Amino acid sequence: MSVLRPLDKLPGLNTATILLVGTEDALLQQLAEAMLKEDCTSELKVHLAKSLPLPSNVNRPRIDLIVFVVNLHSKHSLRNVEESLHHVDATFFLGKVSFLATGAGQESHCSIHRNTVMKLAHTYRSPLLFCDLEIEDFRATMAQRLVRMLQICAGHVPSVSALNLLSLLQSSENPSLEDL
Amino acid sequence: MRREPAGDVVRAKEMDETVSEFFRRTILKIPLTEMMTILKTWNFLSENQLQTVNFRQRKESLVQDLVLLCEENRASLNDAALLDIIYTQFHRHQKVWDVFQMSKGPGEDTDLFDMEQFKSSFKKILKRALKNVTVSFRDAEENAVWIRIAWGTQYRKPNQYKPAYVVYYSQTPYAFTSSSQLKSNLPLLGQTFETHNSTTPLQERSLGLDINMDSRIIHENKTEKERVQRVTQEIFGDYPQPRLEFAQYKLETKFKSDLNGGILAEREEPLRCLVKFSSPHLLEALKSLAPAGIADAPLSPLLTCIPNKGMNYFKIRDK
Repeated sequence: MSVLRPLDKLPGLNTATILLVGTEDALLQQLAEAMLKEDCTSELKVHLAKSLPLPSNVNRPRIDLIVFVVNLHSKHSLRNVEESLHHVDATFFLGKVSFLATGAGQESHCSIHRNTVMKLAHTYRSPLLFCDLEIEDFRATMAQRLVRMLQICAGHVPSVSALNLLSLLQSSENPSLEDL
Repeated sequence: MRREPAGDVVRAKEMDETVSEFFRRTILKIPLTEMMTILKTWNFLSENQLQTVNFRQRKESLVQDLVLLCEENRASLNDAALLDIIYTQFHRHQKVWDVFQMSKGPGEDTDLFDMEQFKSSFKKILKRALKNVTVSFRDAEENAVWIRIAWGTQYRKPNQYKPAYVVYYSQTPYAFTSSSQLKSNLPLLGQTFETHNSTTPLQERSLGLDINMDSRIIHENKTEKERVQRVTQEIFGDYPQPRLEFAQYKLETKFKSDLNGGILAEREEPLRCLVKFSSPHLLEALKSLAPAGIADAPLSPLLTCIPNKGMNYFKIRDK
């Protein structure tokens, strides 16, 4: 069973690769395009996958950041992410994994409670971002954030590591779950 | 042709009253919001003529003005029939359509299809069979032709207000029919088609996979995407789905449990559940579920059997 490991390959020169995992291909594609529009000194690569594990016989670069995309309107998308998480090595969760929940803006369509994804993110000690990917402006802003996070995770930002970023994000964004 | 007495020469040149009435009733049917579009599609009244009409007046007066213009242009019954076809094309969803599939007899040759020849012999055959019949044609997209047939009897002129429509896709063995009357005339239509079986196979459509322009985006599950597209195409086909607005499933089942006992286990009454799907275009929505990643492919046969079974109300019971 192939498991993704963060440091099992050598990095490409000035390359930063992000892996977006989610069932809704159209949303992932749009987010990928938005990210690639950003001005960035690193060479960006975006891999899109419906689920993990990834096909094994493929030559791919080292993955610097994994973002699991959950659509709050779809239990199917949550289940898919939960199952894919089993194929990620524990060491990835030291700042190189993030969760992204979309669809919170349309409360009436949500079949997954916010708390469910918050618990999931907490369990995996990873940041959770909310963004309605269908809205172009929100998507563009999120793309900017992700590019910045990606550069840090790829080690392209001096003095900031993925672990630094994680502790920064956790203190402000993930409140203690005892309150939930 | 009977000879008109001299005094009636002028009247003979005017439009027949029944045709005039037919025009009036047909134009009256058209909603004001669609009036301009439909008249322009019909292309019988010129731009200049249309400009002389006040489209903001009361509908009855507007219709009167338009009928007068038609009379000026010496519009014929055929022109009126064409307008009726166009109206029906705009309102096709308000009609109930049956679909017929033609099958090739053994030993029949593959003939090249000629639209004009089809139309002329279709008309000839119908006119030979029935003395009083009005047949009109209008070409449409994708090698389709709309045929309007107004039926009469041996002794009565065709009733223009209860026409039958046939939409024939010449490159396929399918014809759609809709009738405002008894279906007694359908066997005749069937026979009329016999000589015009289309035997050219459906045009091959290639799988329209998104070719990613940006090489920096890599789809890891390309094979899976292709599989989903293929399965979806196998189940739903390439062409637009029939328009359906809802489907309803009633489930009745006794409670089943692995655990022994429990309150529900001994319940005699079955559990009932009703699920209703509604959508402006339900079958297209179902077709797009798997490619959009919202559901796995293949979809449940309960959903995909709708066109095959011709049902959209289902009762699911325990065996």
